[in-house]
Amino acid sequence: MAMSANEIEELILKTFPNAKITIDDLRGDGDHYAAQIITEEFKGKTRVQQHQMIYNAMEGKVGKDLHALALNTSAPKD
Amino acid sequence: MEQNTKEKIENIIKENEILLFMKGTPVMPQCGFSAAVVGVLSHMGVKFNSVNVLEDSEIREGIKEYSDWPTIPQLYVKNEFVGGCDIIREMHENGELKDYFTQAGISS
Repeated sequence: MAMSANEIEELILKTFPNAKITIDDLRGDGDHYAAQIITEEFKGKTRVQQHQMIYNAMEGKVGKDLHALALNTSAPKD
Repeated sequence: MEQNTKEKIENIIKENEILLFMKGTPVMPQCGFSAAVVGVLSHMGVKFNSVNVLEDSEIREGIKEYSDWPTIPQLYVKNEFVGGCDIIREMHENGELKDYFTQAGISS
């Protein structure tokens, strides 16, 4: 099963409405994406925690409906 | 997750200083993401042990719940979950991984 970049973005925005999100479809197959996510909510979190927050926002789809979502997460720089 | 699966995972993490849960083996990785982490560790000259999750479906599902992390590979160093493929790659590229190993008392 695959997902569209829009679906991924919407899911993340549902939990993090103010996030700045860039999504690339790495292979054009709807199954391998890279996402860059910048949001205030990542402040003070470790990278593992940041990725876990996104996986939770994705409602368990990563690793199941979606084979690969490469993540690059950060808090906005002041 | 069954209690004995959890104990099995806990024990194997405790017994191995650096442990990579991966698909396939370091010599024959069965997935590009697992291969990428093997590549980083080998490049750094770090000795590690690995678990092939494809050979054990209990561990394959159990480790995702144990770490609260949905994908394989997963790297543990001294009982601590360090990250999956993206994090290890990023930490390697910006030099953080080397510092991490140094702080953990592992020569790389």
